[in-house]
Amino acid sequence: MPFEAIAPWRELWVYLSATPLFSLTVTLAVYLAWEWVHRRSGLHPLLNPVAWSIATLGVLLVGSGLPYPAYFAGAQFIHFLLGPATVALAIPLFHQRRRVAAHAKAVAAALVAGSVTAAGSAVALGAALGLDATMLRTLAPKSVTSPIAMAVSEQMGGIPALAAVFVILTGILGALFGPLLFALMRVRSSAAKGLALGVVTHGIGTARAMQIDPVAGAFAALGMGLNGVVTAVVLPWLG
Amino acid sequence: MLWGLTALLALQLAGEVVVRFFHWPVPGPVMGLVFALALLLPLGRVPKPLEEAGGTLLRHLSLLFVPAGVGVVAHWERLQQSWLVLGVVLLVSTLLGLAVSAWVFERLAGGEDAL
Repeated sequence: MPFEAIAPWRELWVYLSATPLFSLTVTLAVYLAWEWVHRRSGLHPLLNPVAWSIATLGVLLVGSGLPYPAYFAGAQFIHFLLGPATVALAIPLFHQRRRVAAHAKAVAAALVAGSVTAAGSAVALGAALGLDATMLRTLAPKSVTSPIAMAVSEQMGGIPALAAVFVILTGILGALFGPLLFALMRVRSSAAKGLALGVVTHGIGTARAMQIDPVAGAFAALGMGLNGVVTAVVLPWLG
Repeated sequence: MLWGLTALLALQLAGEVVVRFFHWPVPGPVMGLVFALALLLPLGRVPKPLEEAGGTLLRHLSLLFVPAGVGVVAHWERLQQSWLVLGVVLLVSTLLGLAVSAWVFERLAGGEDAL
């Protein structure tokens, strides 16, 4: 194609990629497409729409050369809703308050066990496989929501930006493989699945638990909140 | 719906203010969640506008993580050097954590919660 034919398209692209409209629309469209695929597959756990949307958009960004900050300038309007959505997790927790109160002891034990196992095994395995100390300090808080993980890793001498990446990857892995693992282990209680997903895989796991049922969602919200606080208070002491 | 959304934002704002003021190591929205519970428990029910707005957001909670998730590509080069080791560490530790946490809960909660 001669240059004159490409020029108007290039101009349009430069214009569109600078408006929030473009990345917002593409994000929603990609997510809806994967959600459709997920439903068509009979909700196959490996076709998790979050994981595949992130991968698709990542490839689109790399392929088009659109830098992430330019993409995020538009997509931040979706990202912003995470705040009020987190507050809204009080609603399922409220509805399940009696069940939560009845299982306070099991919640506390599963919280400590899950939190210690996830962080401890990551550090131990990472050390055994030759990762350096900075990387281990960056990995340790990966089970909690990213603002806490970034702050904790910074306090411990890790790399906050990379900690946020590990948080996201942990969430995706948990959402993808957690339900398969529970099926293999024959875990039947929704509360157990939810709590584990919340404690170990924070918000992304909680979003996945919401899709199991409201009980799993409520226990996930509880696990996420509790592990966030426990990790923020305890981990910097150990580092 | 609009009342509910406003209430959620106001609670988040209150959470942010308190957390920053006292330098607590908790994100503002999580504190907002605690405030929301503190209001809902004595009230004994969820007001309809709040249930509507909150329900809408929570039904699409997965979508809200996509923009931050795409941020992984921004760190691709850093990950490339040791992606295999990191992948193994993340996968194994996540599955171990999930297994132990769910197992401990089921043992202690007993069979009556096998819903």
